[in-house]
Amino acid sequence: MNSLLKAENVHKSFNGVNALNNFSCDVHENEIVGLIGPNGAGKSTLFNVITGFIESENGNIEFIGKVITKYPSHKIIKLGISRTFQDLRLIKQMSVLDNILLCFNNQQGEELQNIIFKSNSIAKVEEENKLKAHDLLRHAGIEEKANDLAGTLSYGQQKLLSIICCLAADSKLLLLDEPIAGINPEMREKILTIISELPSKGKSVILIEHDMDFTMRICNRLIFMDAGYKISEGTPEEVRNDPKVIEAYIQ
Amino acid sequence: MEYLLHILILIGIYTILSVSLNLLVGYTGILSIAHAAFYGVGAYVAALMALKLQTPFLLNLFLAVIASGLFGAVVGIPSLRLRDDYFVIATFAFQIITFSILNNLVDFTGGPLGLPGISQPNIFGFEITTHVEFLVLVIILAGVTFWISNKIVKSPFGRLLKAIREDEIFVKAAGRNVSDAKVKVFVISASLASIAGVVYATYITYIDPTSFTIMESIFIISIVIIGGSANLKGSIVGSIVLVALPELLRFIGLPNSIAANIRQILYGALLVIFMLWRPQGFLGEYKFGKESAARSKK
Repeated sequence: MNSLLKAENVHKSFNGVNALNNFSCDVHENEIVGLIGPNGAGKSTLFNVITGFIESENGNIEFIGKVITKYPSHKIIKLGISRTFQDLRLIKQMSVLDNILLCFNNQQGEELQNIIFKSNSIAKVEEENKLKAHDLLRHAGIEEKANDLAGTLSYGQQKLLSIICCLAADSKLLLLDEPIAGINPEMREKILTIISELPSKGKSVILIEHDMDFTMRICNRLIFMDAGYKISEGTPEEVRNDPKVIEAYIQ
Repeated sequence: MEYLLHILILIGIYTILSVSLNLLVGYTGILSIAHAAFYGVGAYVAALMALKLQTPFLLNLFLAVIASGLFGAVVGIPSLRLRDDYFVIATFAFQIITFSILNNLVDFTGGPLGLPGISQPNIFGFEITTHVEFLVLVIILAGVTFWISNKIVKSPFGRLLKAIREDEIFVKAAGRNVSDAKVKVFVISASLASIAGVVYATYITYIDPTSFTIMESIFIISIVIIGGSANLKGSIVGSIVLVALPELLRFIGLPNSIAANIRQILYGALLVIFMLWRPQGFLGEYKFGKESAARSKK
């Protein structure tokens, strides 16, 4: 399998507390990797470092063969990494459709010179994107909400929408931060189906999730983190039965 | 009749200023109090070109727009890195600096005496001298400003601006360059504001630094907020109300010295009233004070 993302000896500390301690990992194409561990283990920090929201102090991150460690985040994301946030982020005062449209990457209408001189082709791209957005919404089963304000959706639907936004960007790698925390079982199944289909569409996923049952069902591999260290890595069974993991959870 | 036309021309000038500021304050949610500085840059560039080099009006207009845009980039690129209140202070500083330069560079700008005798516009041999002709000119230029601004806010770029106003982190996560977009809209806003300056300078034929003070910036912000942030038509309504309303005071028969002070009180009071009971202004969708208060709590 080809390597998609490679992190080597990534180090980050906040006021002397090590959030990431020479952390290394590898993500291959078309796989789902679960990132588990207690609160404060550095899981979200890893996402922030990969996407350039936080700069690491040390180490190297490679994505599709490019060293992205020093890239600004918009450049990293354009290369093909999308993410969601633990504290759900959407533009709540805009419609569901607009939120998705915002995430498509082929936006020549965001270049000022094009607005005046290329309005026809912008309109065409907008129409195509709208169709694609409706397809994504239909597939997720919330098409009827397209014109509602994102803030009026239920919590679960908002989480679903944030994943749809990642899909709109058509990224190779999705970083999902607790995609099912705090939502009802029916919506969980829906999100689980959507995530589990991703590898067959040529996408990889790293997901942070505390729900062991969920991660066991969906992930090809698990990485267990604690205090910025990688404690254990392997198939879900291997990690679950690793004495070091059991020890860390009991503490 | 001339008096009425004069008021209409002023409304046109303030429409240009408030529509262009609305792109920043209303749509992108960044509060600049340097708008009068760009208005002044436009006026002074056009006046100096006309006085020293006798260049034609359209060339002056073009150069004023370019110069103001460049100033916008110079101010915007460093200061837009700052967040909320700090950005406001940075623009405040630029406003003060601009005024000081205009006021003190006596050899070039005439200092406090200003620049008298600016020639009226001559567009391909057609002289614009009467009030009616100026009104037509200002309506055309305000129309162009409105058209460009409307194009921008209705485009995907406009959607990006609104999204930046609501949640920069989300926009960043969508792979957009937030500071780049902010600089672009700041430059556009500055360029459009200079158009008003050019019209003002050639209409009054005399300019001095006191027309481009911080009070002027605040007046334009009042128009945007009272008219309605993030609504371009609101800015037209705001210009009409705030320019015409104080004129009514004249008819009450107050002496001029008192009327001028009452005007200041009126703007302040209106701003307070709107912030308390109708933060979205007459026509706006974006509740100016409330939204930003909610955001800063996070």
